[in-house]
Amino acid sequence: MIRLLAALLLLIALPAKAEEIVLGLSRDQVAITANFDGSDILIFGAIKREEAIPTDSELGVIVTIAGPDQPVLIRRKDRKFGIWVNTESVAVDVAPTFYAVATTAPLSDILDPIEDTNTRISISKAIRSVEAAQSDTQQFIDALVRIRSSQELYQVLEGAVDLEDETLFRTHVTLPSNLTEGDYRAEIYLTRDGQIVDLYSTTIPVKKVGLERWLYNLAHDNALMYGLMSLAIAIGAGWGASAAFSLLRR
Amino acid sequence: MQIYLPIAEVSVNAFLLLGLGGLVGVLSGMFGVGGGFLMTPLLFFIGIPPAVAVATEANQIVASSFSGVLAHFKRKTVDLRMGTVLLVGGLVGSFLGILLFNYLRSLGQVDLLVKLCYVTFLGIIGGLMFIESLNAIRRSKKAGGAVPTRRKHNWVHNLPFKVKFRVSGLYISVIPPLLVGMLVGVLAAIMGVGGGFIMVPAMIYLLGMPTKVVVGTSLFQIIFVTAFTTMLHATTNFTVDVVLAVLLLIGGVIGAQIGTRIGVHMKAEQLRILLAILVLAVCGKLAFDLLVTPSEFFSLGTGGHA
Repeated sequence: MIRLLAALLLLIALPAKAEEIVLGLSRDQVAITANFDGSDILIFGAIKREEAIPTDSELGVIVTIAGPDQPVLIRRKDRKFGIWVNTESVAVDVAPTFYAVATTAPLSDILDPIEDTNTRISISKAIRSVEAAQSDTQQFIDALVRIRSSQELYQVLEGAVDLEDETLFRTHVTLPSNLTEGDYRAEIYLTRDGQIVDLYSTTIPVKKVGLERWLYNLAHDNALMYGLMSLAIAIGAGWGASAAFSLLRR
Repeated sequence: MQIYLPIAEVSVNAFLLLGLGGLVGVLSGMFGVGGGFLMTPLLFFIGIPPAVAVATEANQIVASSFSGVLAHFKRKTVDLRMGTVLLVGGLVGSFLGILLFNYLRSLGQVDLLVKLCYVTFLGIIGGLMFIESLNAIRRSKKAGGAVPTRRKHNWVHNLPFKVKFRVSGLYISVIPPLLVGMLVGVLAAIMGVGGGFIMVPAMIYLLGMPTKVVVGTSLFQIIFVTAFTTMLHATTNFTVDVVLAVLLLIGGVIGAQIGTRIGVHMKAEQLRILLAILVLAVCGKLAFDLLVTPSEFFSLGTGGHA
């Protein structure tokens, strides 16, 4: 009963979804094969409307792709006795292993800060730390974003979403090769004057396939066999090279 | 050609790995060192996660040492009896080393300690070897090519449990080789290397073994110690990347064969002075990294709390 009421209230709160997202993806999963070297994902879609395009407010499209969350430990080096040593560290409980934000315009123009805090769209909001009490924690979080950005794991692509006639949109996100396996969440937000009017989300599984999958599973599920196999390969290769060279010398 | 490594979870150029393997393999065959002290930092540099680099390197050293030792067996330059004694010490030592490593890790700062270990040992050994071989070259020039007598009687020869090591031409107590093996084992486990660069000088200067036998015997011992380390890493940390290992060892085994043949044509003093320079260069690079102001003060580690 309560649930039904809540649903009814929601319906009232979002009276008629004036604008709705219809989405397409160039690929619905990413397979990591032996020659995997990153991947491009094309995200395209349209905005479905029952009425005419509103002209009194500004439309924005935000596309985010987030990899699985993992805790991270950030360490800082300081000079001690003349050498650089890891001293302080900050533990971040939740940080996406990959995060890309693509937008039609600068994020601050099309997204209200309060909406950002609620939905955690911008990178700094996507990282959550419990140890936030310390004053210099922000410095560590900034370093995390800086390091991951330099590895192309965090990407801010402001203006990278093409919007045509306020109806058709498209963008592409490049996934680097150093991806963490798991389900990647793709989310598309439609905003009007900074307020989110529609959200579409889907998942893109990223996983190893074929030989890569087989080796990874063997290494984890049957470690002893895997270790012995590695040693056998090593000894075999060592013997093979030695035999080949003595043949060559004859 | 890019290739994706299933355990390291990064994509790297296959030819780069083959080249690195080959280069380190040549040095390994020439000097009887596993090459781990060179390869492990090189792997860090191309972006392989440190835990995977250390574990996979152990596996690769098995291959290049095995290839190298076969070449030495053919020339009968392996002292099996001495190798076995060193191995017994080595296995005990690496077990103790792993205990020590885990204890240090629980205190934190293990990275720094590993680096300081590298700088200290590489510096001392490289420096001593460099001076000694320089003197040896100068002496041999003055004496007009006469072979200097290196085998002096010192405290090593006054210990009990004497055993004849025929290939090395030694009649000494088993205690010093056992201790040398153990020390190398401890350091190998902490530093994640085969330990040849410590053992080779120790065999020459502490045990007084002839240089020609030292290389083969050292390789023989390293095979077993690194095989043991590989199994430990594979079963406890799951960090041995077999694809990475295969690429490195294809280059490595070929390089080791070439290196062994280069080594035969070189004089012992020259071989030693080159190894000394190499060791000092790596030491200098590591010390430089500790001293110079880094461009990035922060680093990322896995896990929320460590």
